[in-house]
Amino acid sequence: MKIAVCIKRTPDSETRFRIGASGSAIDEGGVKFDMDDFASYAVEVALQLKEKTGPGEVVAIALGPDNVQETLRKAMSMGVDRGIQLKADAVPFDGLAIAKALAAELEAGAFDLIFFGKHAFDTGSGVVGTATAELLDLPCVTAASKLEIANGKGTARRELEGAAEMVEFSLPAVVTIDEGIARPRYPSLKGIMAAKKKPLEAKPAQLGTPRVAVKGMALPPDRPPGRIIGEGSAAVSELVKLLQTEAKVL
Amino acid sequence: MANFLVFAETRGAELRKVAGEAVSVARRLADATGGGEVHALVAGPSGVGQKAETLGRFGADVVLVVEHVALTTFAREAIAETVAQRANSASYRAIVLGFSAQGRDLGPRLAAKLDAPLVSDVTDVEITGDSLTVKHPAYANKVIVTLTVSGAPAIVSVRPSAFTATESPRAARLEPLAPAVDPTAGRVKVVQVIEGARGRPDLADAPVIVAGGRGLKAPENFKLVEDLADAFGNAAVGATRAVTDEGWRPHADQIGQTGRQVSPQLYVAVGISGAIQHLAGMRSSKTIVAINKDREAPIFKVADYGIVGDVLEVVPALTQAVREAKKGH
Repeated sequence: MKIAVCIKRTPDSETRFRIGASGSAIDEGGVKFDMDDFASYAVEVALQLKEKTGPGEVVAIALGPDNVQETLRKAMSMGVDRGIQLKADAVPFDGLAIAKALAAELEAGAFDLIFFGKHAFDTGSGVVGTATAELLDLPCVTAASKLEIANGKGTARRELEGAAEMVEFSLPAVVTIDEGIARPRYPSLKGIMAAKKKPLEAKPAQLGTPRVAVKGMALPPDRPPGRIIGEGSAAVSELVKLLQTEAKVL
Repeated sequence: MANFLVFAETRGAELRKVAGEAVSVARRLADATGGGEVHALVAGPSGVGQKAETLGRFGADVVLVVEHVALTTFAREAIAETVAQRANSASYRAIVLGFSAQGRDLGPRLAAKLDAPLVSDVTDVEITGDSLTVKHPAYANKVIVTLTVSGAPAIVSVRPSAFTATESPRAARLEPLAPAVDPTAGRVKVVQVIEGARGRPDLADAPVIVAGGRGLKAPENFKLVEDLADAFGNAAVGATRAVTDEGWRPHADQIGQTGRQVSPQLYVAVGISGAIQHLAGMRSSKTIVAINKDREAPIFKVADYGIVGDVLEVVPALTQAVREAKKGH
Protein backbone atom coordinates (compact mmCIF):
# COMPACT_ATOMS: atom_id res chain seq x y z
CA MET A 1 0.00 0.00 0.00
CA LYS A 2 1.22 3.49 -0.82
CA ILE A 3 0.30 6.02 1.83
CA ALA A 4 0.91 9.77 2.11
CA VAL A 5 0.71 11.69 5.40
CA CYS A 6 0.52 15.47 5.31
CA ILE A 7 2.00 16.91 8.48
CA LYS A 8 2.40 20.34 10.01
CA ARG A 9 4.93 21.91 12.35
CA THR A 10 3.13 23.79 15.13
CA PRO A 11 4.07 25.42 18.45
CA ASP A 12 4.16 23.35 21.63
CA SER A 13 0.60 23.35 22.91
CA GLU A 14 1.68 24.21 26.47
CA THR A 15 3.09 27.56 25.31
CA ARG A 16 2.01 30.76 27.04
CA PHE A 17 1.65 32.89 23.95
CA ARG A 18 2.62 36.52 23.46
CA ILE A 19 1.67 38.55 20.43
CA GLY A 20 4.61 39.68 18.27
CA ALA A 21 5.47 43.31 17.52
CA SER A 22 3.66 43.16 14.17
CA GLY A 23 0.40 42.56 16.03
CA SER A 24 -0.56 39.91 13.51
CA ALA A 25 1.53 36.92 14.55
CA ILE A 26 2.58 35.20 17.73
CA ASP A 27 5.99 36.05 19.18
CA GLU A 28 7.98 32.92 18.33
CA GLY A 29 10.84 33.81 20.67
CA GLY A 30 11.48 30.92 23.05
CA VAL A 31 8.56 28.92 21.62
CA LYS A 32 9.24 25.24 20.95
CA PHE A 33 7.85 23.72 17.77
CA ASP A 34 7.16 20.09 16.98
CA MET A 35 4.99 17.90 14.78
CA ASP A 36 1.34 18.76 15.40
CA ASP A 37 -0.45 16.29 17.71
CA PHE A 38 -3.09 15.33 15.16
CA ALA A 39 -0.44 14.94 12.46
CA SER A 40 1.43 12.56 14.76
CA TYR A 41 -1.72 10.44 15.14
CA ALA A 42 -1.99 10.38 11.34
CA VAL A 43 1.64 9.24 11.02
CA GLU A 44 1.02 6.48 13.55
CA VAL A 45 -2.10 5.29 11.72
CA ALA A 46 -0.18 5.19 8.44
CA LEU A 47 2.72 3.25 9.96
CA GLN A 48 0.45 0.70 11.63
CA LEU A 49 -1.42 0.21 8.38
CA LYS A 50 1.79 -0.40 6.44
CA GLU A 51 3.00 -2.83 9.09
CA LYS A 52 -0.26 -4.72 8.85
CA THR A 53 -0.72 -4.82 5.10
CA GLY A 54 2.82 -5.74 4.13
CA PRO A 55 5.10 -4.12 1.56
CA GLY A 56 4.41 -0.51 0.85
CA GLU A 57 5.59 2.99 1.36
CA VAL A 58 4.69 5.85 3.68
CA VAL A 59 5.61 9.33 2.45
CA ALA A 60 5.39 12.40 4.68
CA ILE A 61 4.72 15.81 3.13
CA ALA A 62 5.08 19.16 4.87
CA LEU A 63 4.67 22.67 3.48
CA GLY A 64 6.74 25.54 4.75
CA PRO A 65 10.21 27.01 5.19
CA ASP A 66 13.27 24.83 5.84
CA ASN A 67 12.42 24.35 9.51
CA VAL A 68 9.74 21.82 8.45
CA GLN A 69 12.59 19.51 7.43
CA GLU A 70 13.07 18.84 11.13
CA THR A 71 9.41 17.74 11.36
CA LEU A 72 9.81 15.51 8.31
CA ARG A 73 12.93 13.94 9.86
CA LYS A 74 10.92 13.23 12.98
CA ALA A 75 8.28 11.44 10.89
CA MET A 76 11.06 9.44 9.24
CA SER A 77 12.53 8.58 12.64
CA MET A 78 9.12 7.14 13.56
CA GLY A 79 9.31 4.93 10.46
CA VAL A 80 8.10 6.98 7.48
CA ASP A 81 10.12 6.01 4.39
CA ARG A 82 10.76 9.40 2.82
CA GLY A 83 9.85 13.07 3.07
CA ILE A 84 8.82 15.84 0.73
CA GLN A 85 9.11 19.52 1.65
CA LEU A 86 6.94 21.88 -0.35
CA LYS A 87 9.01 25.02 0.07
CA ALA A 88 7.23 28.22 1.02
CA ASP A 89 8.54 31.25 2.93
CA ALA A 90 5.60 31.05 5.29
CA VAL A 91 2.54 28.87 5.79
CA PRO A 92 -0.54 30.92 4.94
CA PHE A 93 -3.58 30.96 7.26
CA ASP A 94 -5.76 30.21 4.20
CA GLY A 95 -6.33 26.44 4.18
CA LEU A 96 -7.53 26.33 0.57
CA ALA A 97 -4.30 27.97 -0.64
CA ILE A 98 -2.36 25.18 1.12
CA ALA A 99 -4.70 22.47 -0.16
CA LYS A 100 -3.98 23.57 -3.73
CA ALA A 101 -0.24 23.08 -3.24
CA LEU A 102 -0.74 19.67 -1.63
CA ALA A 103 -3.20 18.54 -4.30
CA ALA A 104 -0.71 19.52 -7.02
CA GLU A 105 1.93 17.35 -5.32
CA LEU A 106 -0.35 14.40 -4.47
CA GLU A 107 -2.13 14.22 -7.81
CA ALA A 108 0.45 12.07 -9.60
CA GLY A 109 1.49 10.12 -6.49
CA ALA A 110 -0.86 7.14 -7.00
CA PHE A 111 -1.50 6.90 -3.25
CA ASP A 112 -4.02 4.41 -1.92
CA LEU A 113 -4.59 6.54 1.15
CA ILE A 114 -3.76 10.10 2.12
CA PHE A 115 -3.90 11.02 5.80
CA PHE A 116 -4.10 14.37 7.54
CA GLY A 117 -4.70 15.44 11.14
CA LYS A 118 -8.31 16.59 11.56
CA HIS A 119 -6.94 20.08 12.18
CA ALA A 120 -3.72 21.68 13.32
CA PHE A 121 -3.27 23.26 16.73
CA ASP A 122 -2.26 26.67 15.36
CA THR A 123 -5.09 27.62 13.02
CA GLY A 124 -7.59 25.11 14.41
CA SER A 125 -9.50 25.44 11.15
CA GLY A 126 -9.57 21.89 9.80
CA VAL A 127 -9.74 22.93 6.16
CA VAL A 128 -6.72 21.48 4.39
CA GLY A 129 -7.39 17.71 4.42
CA THR A 130 -10.99 17.75 3.26
CA ALA A 131 -10.37 20.53 0.72
CA THR A 132 -7.41 18.59 -0.73
CA ALA A 133 -9.67 15.54 -1.13
CA GLU A 134 -12.21 17.61 -3.06
CA LEU A 135 -9.53 19.10 -5.29
CA LEU A 136 -8.31 15.57 -6.05
CA ASP A 137 -11.91 14.33 -6.42
CA LEU A 138 -11.28 11.58 -3.88
CA PRO A 139 -13.69 10.22 -1.27
CA CYS A 140 -12.99 11.77 2.11
CA VAL A 141 -13.76 10.93 5.72
CA THR A 142 -13.30 13.95 7.96
CA ALA A 143 -12.20 13.34 11.57
CA ALA A 144 -12.11 9.55 11.81
CA SER A 145 -11.82 8.25 15.37
CA LYS A 146 -11.54 4.60 14.26
CA LEU A 147 -10.36 3.17 10.97
CA GLU A 148 -10.25 -0.28 9.37
CA ILE A 149 -8.90 -0.94 5.91
CA ALA A 150 -9.56 -4.30 4.24
CA ASN A 151 -10.15 -5.58 0.70
CA GLY A 152 -9.74 -2.20 -0.97
CA LYS A 153 -12.39 -0.68 1.24
CA GLY A 154 -12.39 1.39 4.41
CA THR A 155 -14.66 1.62 7.42
CA ALA A 156 -14.41 4.56 9.79
CA ARG A 157 -16.12 5.88 12.86
CA ARG A 158 -16.80 9.60 13.16
CA GLU A 159 -17.92 11.36 16.31
CA LEU A 160 -21.00 13.53 15.96
CA GLU A 161 -22.48 15.73 18.66
CA GLY A 162 -23.86 13.20 21.12
CA ALA A 163 -23.70 10.34 18.63
CA ALA A 164 -21.37 8.69 16.14
CA GLU A 165 -21.63 7.45 12.59
CA MET A 166 -19.97 4.49 10.90
CA VAL A 167 -19.10 5.11 7.26
CA GLU A 168 -17.81 2.90 4.47
CA PHE A 169 -15.72 4.27 1.66
CA SER A 170 -13.82 3.13 -1.39
CA LEU A 171 -10.06 3.54 -1.95
CA PRO A 172 -8.13 5.58 -2.92
CA ALA A 173 -9.33 8.01 -0.29
CA VAL A 174 -8.40 10.84 2.04
CA VAL A 175 -8.95 10.41 5.79
CA THR A 176 -8.40 13.10 8.41
CA ILE A 177 -7.56 11.70 11.82
CA ASP A 178 -9.20 12.53 15.15
CA GLU A 179 -7.77 11.90 18.58
CA GLY A 180 -8.12 8.51 20.27
CA ILE A 181 -7.32 6.46 17.19
CA ALA A 182 -3.69 5.59 17.99
CA ARG A 183 -0.93 6.66 20.36
CA PRO A 184 2.02 7.94 18.36
CA ARG A 185 5.20 5.95 18.95
CA TYR A 186 8.39 7.55 20.19
CA PRO A 187 11.23 7.45 17.70
CA SER A 188 13.81 4.82 18.68
CA LEU A 189 17.52 5.62 18.64
CA LYS A 190 17.83 3.28 15.65
CA GLY A 191 14.96 5.11 13.98
CA ILE A 192 16.61 8.47 14.57
CA MET A 193 19.88 7.24 13.03
CA ALA A 194 18.06 5.68 10.06
CA ALA A 195 16.06 8.87 9.44
CA LYS A 196 19.24 10.81 8.70
CA LYS A 197 19.85 8.67 5.62
CA LYS A 198 16.29 8.61 4.30
CA PRO A 199 15.50 10.70 1.21
CA LEU A 200 14.11 14.19 1.74
CA GLU A 201 13.14 16.02 -1.41
CA ALA A 202 12.50 19.78 -1.44
CA LYS A 203 10.56 21.51 -4.19
CA PRO A 204 8.66 24.79 -4.50
CA ALA A 205 5.07 24.82 -3.23
CA GLN A 206 2.46 25.77 -5.79
CA LEU A 207 0.36 27.70 -3.30
CA GLY A 208 -3.00 29.11 -4.29
CA THR A 209 -3.55 32.83 -3.84
CA PRO A 210 -4.47 33.39 -0.20
CA ARG A 211 -7.79 35.20 0.24
CA VAL A 212 -7.99 34.82 3.99
CA ALA A 213 -5.47 37.12 5.66
CA VAL A 214 -4.55 37.73 9.28
CA LYS A 215 -5.39 41.30 10.22
CA GLY A 216 -4.50 41.02 13.87
CA MET A 217 -3.98 38.72 16.83
CA ALA A 218 -4.82 39.31 20.46
CA LEU A 219 -4.85 37.36 23.68
CA PRO A 220 -8.32 36.59 25.02
CA PRO A 221 -9.45 38.70 27.96
CA ASP A 222 -8.27 37.31 31.31
CA ARG A 223 -10.79 35.68 33.57
CA PRO A 224 -11.22 37.34 36.92
CA PRO A 225 -8.86 35.74 39.47
CA GLY A 226 -10.14 32.50 41.00
CA ARG A 227 -11.83 32.45 44.38
CA ILE A 228 -11.91 29.62 46.89
CA ILE A 229 -15.15 29.88 48.85
CA GLY A 230 -14.57 27.15 51.43
CA GLU A 231 -13.55 23.66 52.35
CA GLY A 232 -15.36 20.33 52.23
CA SER A 233 -19.10 19.76 52.12
CA ALA A 234 -19.58 22.60 54.60
CA ALA A 235 -19.03 24.99 51.67
CA VAL A 236 -21.79 23.46 49.53
CA SER A 237 -24.64 25.63 50.81
CA GLU A 238 -22.60 28.79 50.17
CA LEU A 239 -21.84 27.54 46.64
CA VAL A 240 -25.50 26.89 45.88
CA LYS A 241 -26.41 30.34 47.18
CA LEU A 242 -23.76 31.99 44.95
CA LEU A 243 -24.90 29.99 41.92
CA GLN A 244 -28.45 31.21 42.55
CA THR A 245 -27.92 34.82 43.50
CA GLU A 246 -24.60 35.91 42.01
CA ALA A 247 -23.99 33.73 38.93
CA LYS A 248 -27.74 33.17 38.41
CA VAL A 249 -27.18 29.80 36.78
CA LEU A 250 -29.26 27.69 39.14
CA MET B 1 -27.83 44.78 -0.78
CA ALA B 2 -26.62 41.20 -0.91
CA ASN B 3 -28.12 37.76 -0.50
CA PHE B 4 -26.81 35.08 1.84
CA LEU B 5 -27.09 31.30 1.71
CA VAL B 6 -27.31 29.22 4.89
CA PHE B 7 -26.82 25.49 5.23
CA ALA B 8 -29.43 24.74 7.92
CA GLU B 9 -28.17 21.54 9.46
CA THR B 10 -30.47 18.67 10.43
CA ARG B 11 -30.12 15.34 12.19
CA GLY B 12 -32.78 12.95 10.94
CA ALA B 13 -35.80 15.22 10.36
CA GLU B 14 -34.87 17.63 13.17
CA LEU B 15 -33.11 20.96 12.79
CA ARG B 16 -29.96 21.29 14.88
CA LYS B 17 -29.65 24.27 17.20
CA VAL B 18 -26.76 25.72 15.18
CA ALA B 19 -29.08 25.99 12.14
CA GLY B 20 -31.03 28.78 13.84
CA GLU B 21 -27.80 30.45 14.92
CA ALA B 22 -26.46 30.37 11.34
CA VAL B 23 -29.70 31.86 9.97
CA SER B 24 -29.52 34.63 12.58
CA VAL B 25 -25.94 35.47 11.60
CA ALA B 26 -26.90 35.60 7.92
CA ARG B 27 -29.95 37.77 8.71
CA ARG B 28 -27.78 40.29 10.55
CA LEU B 29 -25.23 40.36 7.70
CA ALA B 30 -27.96 40.72 5.05
CA ASP B 31 -29.47 43.62 7.00
CA ALA B 32 -26.04 45.21 7.29
CA THR B 33 -25.75 45.23 3.50
CA GLY B 34 -29.04 47.13 3.23
CA GLY B 35 -31.56 44.30 3.42
CA GLY B 36 -30.73 41.39 1.14
CA GLU B 37 -32.41 38.01 1.33
CA VAL B 38 -31.45 35.01 3.43
CA HIS B 39 -31.92 31.66 1.72
CA ALA B 40 -31.72 28.64 4.01
CA LEU B 41 -31.10 25.23 2.49
CA VAL B 42 -32.42 22.37 4.55
CA ALA B 43 -31.78 18.76 3.56
CA GLY B 44 -33.33 15.69 5.11
CA PRO B 45 -35.94 12.98 4.74
CA SER B 46 -39.47 13.67 3.54
CA GLY B 47 -41.21 16.12 5.88
CA VAL B 48 -38.12 18.14 6.74
CA GLY B 49 -39.66 21.08 4.85
CA GLN B 50 -42.00 21.57 7.80
CA LYS B 51 -39.05 23.09 9.61
CA ALA B 52 -39.25 26.06 7.25
CA GLU B 53 -41.38 27.97 9.73
CA THR B 54 -38.65 27.82 12.37
CA LEU B 55 -36.08 29.12 9.90
CA GLY B 56 -38.46 31.93 8.91
CA ARG B 57 -38.74 32.87 12.55
CA PHE B 58 -34.98 33.52 12.69
CA GLY B 59 -35.00 35.52 9.48
CA ALA B 60 -34.94 33.24 6.43
CA ASP B 61 -36.80 34.74 3.44
CA VAL B 62 -36.60 31.56 1.38
CA VAL B 63 -36.25 27.97 2.50
CA LEU B 64 -34.81 25.61 -0.10
CA VAL B 65 -36.11 22.16 0.78
CA VAL B 66 -34.12 19.14 -0.35
CA GLU B 67 -36.02 16.00 0.58
CA HIS B 68 -34.77 12.47 -0.05
CA VAL B 69 -34.93 9.34 2.05
CA ALA B 70 -31.14 8.95 1.82
CA LEU B 71 -30.72 12.35 3.48
CA THR B 72 -31.85 10.93 6.83
CA THR B 73 -28.12 10.57 7.49
CA PHE B 74 -25.39 12.95 6.38
CA ALA B 75 -24.91 12.19 2.68
CA ARG B 76 -21.92 14.51 2.54
CA GLU B 77 -21.07 14.29 -1.14
CA ALA B 78 -24.63 14.86 -2.37
CA ILE B 79 -25.20 17.70 0.08
CA ALA B 80 -21.93 19.42 -0.84
CA GLU B 81 -22.75 19.20 -4.54
CA THR B 82 -26.31 20.46 -4.00
CA VAL B 83 -25.20 23.46 -1.93
CA ALA B 84 -22.40 24.22 -4.41
CA GLN B 85 -24.75 24.11 -7.41
CA ARG B 86 -27.19 26.39 -5.67
CA ALA B 87 -24.40 28.80 -4.80
CA ASN B 88 -23.27 28.80 -8.43
CA SER B 89 -26.77 29.41 -9.75
CA ALA B 90 -27.31 32.57 -7.72
CA SER B 91 -25.12 35.37 -6.49
CA TYR B 92 -24.46 35.06 -2.77
CA ARG B 93 -22.21 37.32 -0.74
CA ALA B 94 -21.53 34.53 1.75
CA ILE B 95 -22.52 31.01 2.73
CA VAL B 96 -23.04 30.52 6.47
CA LEU B 97 -22.96 27.13 8.19
CA GLY B 98 -22.10 25.68 11.59
CA PHE B 99 -18.63 24.55 12.66
CA SER B 100 -20.18 21.26 13.74
CA ALA B 101 -19.38 17.67 12.80
CA GLN B 102 -21.29 18.24 9.54
CA GLY B 103 -20.02 21.76 8.93
CA ARG B 104 -16.39 20.80 9.50
CA ASP B 105 -16.81 18.35 6.65
CA LEU B 106 -19.00 20.44 4.38
CA GLY B 107 -17.17 23.80 4.63
CA PRO B 108 -13.87 22.66 3.05
CA ARG B 109 -15.75 20.72 0.36
CA LEU B 110 -17.64 23.87 -0.63
CA ALA B 111 -14.48 25.98 -0.56
CA ALA B 112 -12.78 23.60 -2.99
CA LYS B 113 -15.81 23.13 -5.25
CA LEU B 114 -16.55 26.86 -5.48
CA ASP B 115 -12.92 27.99 -5.24
CA ALA B 116 -14.16 30.27 -2.47
CA PRO B 117 -12.39 31.50 0.68
CA LEU B 118 -13.39 29.73 3.91
CA VAL B 119 -13.09 30.84 7.51
CA SER B 120 -13.76 28.20 10.17
CA ASP B 121 -14.91 28.32 13.77
CA VAL B 122 -15.93 31.95 13.69
CA THR B 123 -17.11 33.69 16.88
CA ASP B 124 -17.76 37.14 15.42
CA VAL B 125 -18.40 38.43 11.91
CA GLU B 126 -18.79 41.93 10.49
CA ILE B 127 -19.45 43.19 7.00
CA THR B 128 -18.82 46.73 5.80
CA GLY B 129 -18.91 47.47 2.11
CA ASP B 130 -16.71 44.94 0.37
CA SER B 131 -14.91 43.87 3.48
CA LEU B 132 -15.81 40.84 5.54
CA THR B 133 -13.95 40.46 8.82
CA VAL B 134 -14.22 37.64 11.34
CA LYS B 135 -12.83 36.66 14.70
CA HIS B 136 -11.58 33.11 15.13
CA PRO B 137 -10.11 31.64 18.32
CA ALA B 138 -6.92 29.81 17.34
CA TYR B 139 -4.08 28.07 19.19
CA ALA B 140 -6.74 26.17 21.15
CA ASN B 141 -8.56 29.37 22.18
CA LYS B 142 -5.37 30.96 23.49
CA VAL B 143 -5.16 33.57 20.72
CA ILE B 144 -8.02 35.45 19.06
CA VAL B 145 -7.25 35.99 15.39
CA THR B 146 -8.94 38.67 13.29
CA LEU B 147 -9.15 37.56 9.65
CA THR B 148 -10.18 39.45 6.55
CA VAL B 149 -11.78 37.52 3.74
CA SER B 150 -11.61 38.69 0.14
CA GLY B 151 -13.88 37.44 -2.60
CA ALA B 152 -17.42 36.15 -2.82
CA PRO B 153 -19.02 33.95 -1.84
CA ALA B 154 -17.13 33.84 1.45
CA ILE B 155 -17.80 30.66 3.38
CA VAL B 156 -18.24 31.33 7.09
CA SER B 157 -18.59 28.46 9.52
CA VAL B 158 -19.75 29.65 12.91
CA ARG B 159 -18.87 28.14 16.29
CA PRO B 160 -21.95 26.50 17.82
CA SER B 161 -23.40 28.54 20.72
CA ALA B 162 -21.12 31.53 19.97
CA PHE B 163 -24.07 33.34 18.39
CA THR B 164 -27.62 33.55 19.67
CA ALA B 165 -30.53 32.67 17.42
CA THR B 166 -32.68 35.78 17.62
CA GLU B 167 -36.16 36.24 16.27
CA SER B 168 -36.65 38.22 13.10
CA PRO B 169 -39.85 36.60 11.89
CA ARG B 170 -41.07 36.45 8.34
CA ALA B 171 -43.14 34.02 6.33
CA ALA B 172 -40.48 32.10 4.49
CA ARG B 173 -41.20 31.07 0.89
CA LEU B 174 -40.70 27.35 0.37
CA GLU B 175 -38.88 26.20 -2.74
CA PRO B 176 -38.32 22.51 -3.33
CA LEU B 177 -34.87 21.72 -4.64
CA ALA B 178 -33.79 18.40 -6.13
CA PRO B 179 -30.51 16.90 -4.94
CA ALA B 180 -27.82 17.75 -7.50
CA VAL B 181 -26.59 14.16 -7.47
CA ASP B 182 -28.16 10.90 -6.30
CA PRO B 183 -27.75 10.83 -2.48
CA THR B 184 -27.62 7.02 -2.51
CA ALA B 185 -24.61 6.97 -4.85
CA GLY B 186 -21.92 8.55 -2.67
CA ARG B 187 -18.44 7.08 -2.30
CA VAL B 188 -18.69 7.62 1.47
CA LYS B 189 -21.78 5.89 2.83
CA VAL B 190 -23.19 6.06 6.33
CA VAL B 191 -23.86 2.45 7.36
CA GLN B 192 -24.84 3.05 10.97
CA VAL B 193 -25.60 5.88 13.38
CA ILE B 194 -24.74 5.10 16.98
CA GLU B 195 -26.82 7.17 19.36
CA GLY B 196 -25.10 8.47 22.48
CA ALA B 197 -26.37 8.43 26.04
CA ARG B 198 -30.07 9.10 25.91
CA GLY B 199 -31.62 12.02 27.68
CA ARG B 200 -28.47 14.11 27.89
CA PRO B 201 -27.72 17.14 25.75
CA ASP B 202 -24.50 17.26 23.79
CA LEU B 203 -21.48 19.15 25.16
CA ALA B 204 -21.94 21.78 22.43
CA ASP B 205 -25.57 22.50 23.32
CA ALA B 206 -25.71 22.01 27.09
CA PRO B 207 -26.07 25.08 29.31
CA VAL B 208 -24.41 23.12 32.15
CA ILE B 209 -21.46 20.74 31.92
CA VAL B 210 -20.19 18.57 34.76
CA ALA B 211 -16.74 17.18 33.99
CA GLY B 212 -14.62 14.71 35.89
CA GLY B 213 -10.87 14.18 36.17
CA ARG B 214 -8.44 11.78 37.72
CA GLY B 215 -9.28 13.13 41.18
CA LEU B 216 -12.28 10.79 41.04
CA LYS B 217 -9.73 8.02 41.62
CA ALA B 218 -11.68 5.17 39.95
CA PRO B 219 -13.95 4.82 36.91
CA GLU B 220 -16.93 3.72 39.04
CA ASN B 221 -16.81 7.08 40.85
CA PHE B 222 -17.86 8.77 37.61
CA LYS B 223 -21.35 7.93 38.79
CA LEU B 224 -21.02 10.95 41.12
CA VAL B 225 -20.50 13.16 38.06
CA GLU B 226 -23.50 11.59 36.32
CA ASP B 227 -25.64 12.07 39.43
CA LEU B 228 -24.69 15.74 39.70
CA ALA B 229 -25.47 16.23 35.99
CA ASP B 230 -28.86 14.56 36.57
CA ALA B 231 -29.52 16.90 39.49
CA PHE B 232 -29.00 19.92 37.24
CA GLY B 233 -31.34 18.23 34.77
CA ASN B 234 -30.00 19.86 31.62
CA ALA B 235 -26.32 19.01 31.95
CA ALA B 236 -23.86 17.21 29.72
CA VAL B 237 -21.01 15.11 31.08
CA GLY B 238 -17.38 15.62 30.06
CA ALA B 239 -13.98 14.35 31.08
CA THR B 240 -10.31 15.25 31.01
CA ARG B 241 -7.80 13.72 28.65
CA ALA B 242 -6.22 11.76 31.52
CA VAL B 243 -9.55 10.08 32.13
CA THR B 244 -10.31 9.29 28.48
CA ASP B 245 -6.75 8.02 27.98
CA GLU B 246 -7.35 5.66 30.92
CA GLY B 247 -10.49 4.43 29.18
CA TRP B 248 -12.80 5.53 32.01
CA ARG B 249 -14.83 7.51 29.49
CA PRO B 250 -15.05 7.51 25.68
CA HIS B 251 -12.69 9.86 23.82
CA ALA B 252 -15.69 11.76 22.47
CA ASP B 253 -16.30 13.08 26.01
CA GLN B 254 -12.88 14.69 26.27
CA ILE B 255 -12.85 18.44 26.88
CA GLY B 256 -9.57 20.16 26.11
CA GLN B 257 -7.23 21.30 23.47
CA THR B 258 -7.32 18.07 21.48
CA GLY B 259 -10.92 17.30 22.41
CA ARG B 260 -14.10 19.34 22.54
CA GLN B 261 -14.02 23.05 23.18
CA VAL B 262 -16.97 24.19 25.20
CA SER B 263 -18.38 27.38 26.68
CA PRO B 264 -21.47 26.57 28.76
CA GLN B 265 -23.18 28.91 31.23
CA LEU B 266 -21.89 26.74 34.07
CA TYR B 267 -18.91 24.39 34.11
CA VAL B 268 -18.39 22.18 37.15
CA ALA B 269 -14.88 20.68 37.31
CA VAL B 270 -14.81 17.65 39.58
CA GLY B 271 -11.40 16.32 40.60
CA ILE B 272 -9.74 18.19 37.74
CA SER B 273 -6.33 19.73 38.41
CA GLY B 274 -6.54 22.15 35.46
CA ALA B 275 -3.72 21.26 33.07
CA ILE B 276 -3.24 23.89 30.34
CA GLN B 277 -4.48 21.34 27.81
CA HIS B 278 -7.78 21.06 29.71
CA LEU B 279 -8.17 24.79 30.41
CA ALA B 280 -7.86 25.43 26.67
CA GLY B 281 -11.13 23.57 26.18
CA MET B 282 -13.26 25.22 28.86
CA ARG B 283 -11.84 28.54 30.00
CA SER B 284 -14.42 30.53 28.03
CA SER B 285 -17.23 29.02 30.14
CA LYS B 286 -19.31 31.74 31.76
CA THR B 287 -19.15 30.48 35.34
CA ILE B 288 -16.64 27.87 36.53
CA VAL B 289 -16.96 25.82 39.71
CA ALA B 290 -14.04 23.64 40.84
CA ILE B 291 -13.93 20.95 43.49
CA ASN B 292 -10.47 19.58 44.17
CA LYS B 293 -8.45 18.22 47.07
CA ASP B 294 -5.32 20.22 46.21
CA ARG B 295 -5.58 23.91 47.12
CA GLU B 296 -2.67 24.68 44.77
CA ALA B 297 -4.32 23.06 41.71
CA PRO B 298 -4.29 25.47 38.70
CA ILE B 299 -8.05 24.97 38.20
CA PHE B 300 -8.61 27.26 41.21
CA LYS B 301 -6.95 30.12 39.29
CA VAL B 302 -9.82 30.15 36.79
CA ALA B 303 -12.65 28.98 39.05
CA ASP B 304 -15.21 31.61 40.03
CA TYR B 305 -16.14 29.38 42.95
CA GLY B 306 -13.71 26.81 44.33
CA ILE B 307 -14.21 24.26 47.06
CA VAL B 308 -11.15 22.54 48.50
CA GLY B 309 -12.09 19.05 49.52
CA ASP B 310 -12.49 15.38 48.73
CA VAL B 311 -14.75 15.04 45.69
CA LEU B 312 -16.15 11.78 47.05
CA GLU B 313 -17.54 13.74 49.98
CA VAL B 314 -18.32 17.16 48.44
CA VAL B 315 -19.97 16.05 45.19
CA PRO B 316 -22.75 13.93 46.75
CA ALA B 317 -23.52 16.83 49.11
CA LEU B 318 -23.64 19.25 46.17
CA THR B 319 -25.87 16.85 44.20
CA GLN B 320 -28.29 16.76 47.12
CA ALA B 321 -28.24 20.56 47.49
CA VAL B 322 -28.81 21.14 43.76
CA ARG B 323 -31.74 18.71 43.81
CA GLU B 324 -33.30 20.66 46.64
CA ALA B 325 -32.64 24.01 45.00
CA LYS B 326 -34.30 22.76 41.80
CA LYS B 327 -37.29 21.52 43.80
CA GLY B 328 -37.66 24.91 45.40
CA HIS B 329 -38.27 26.58 42.01
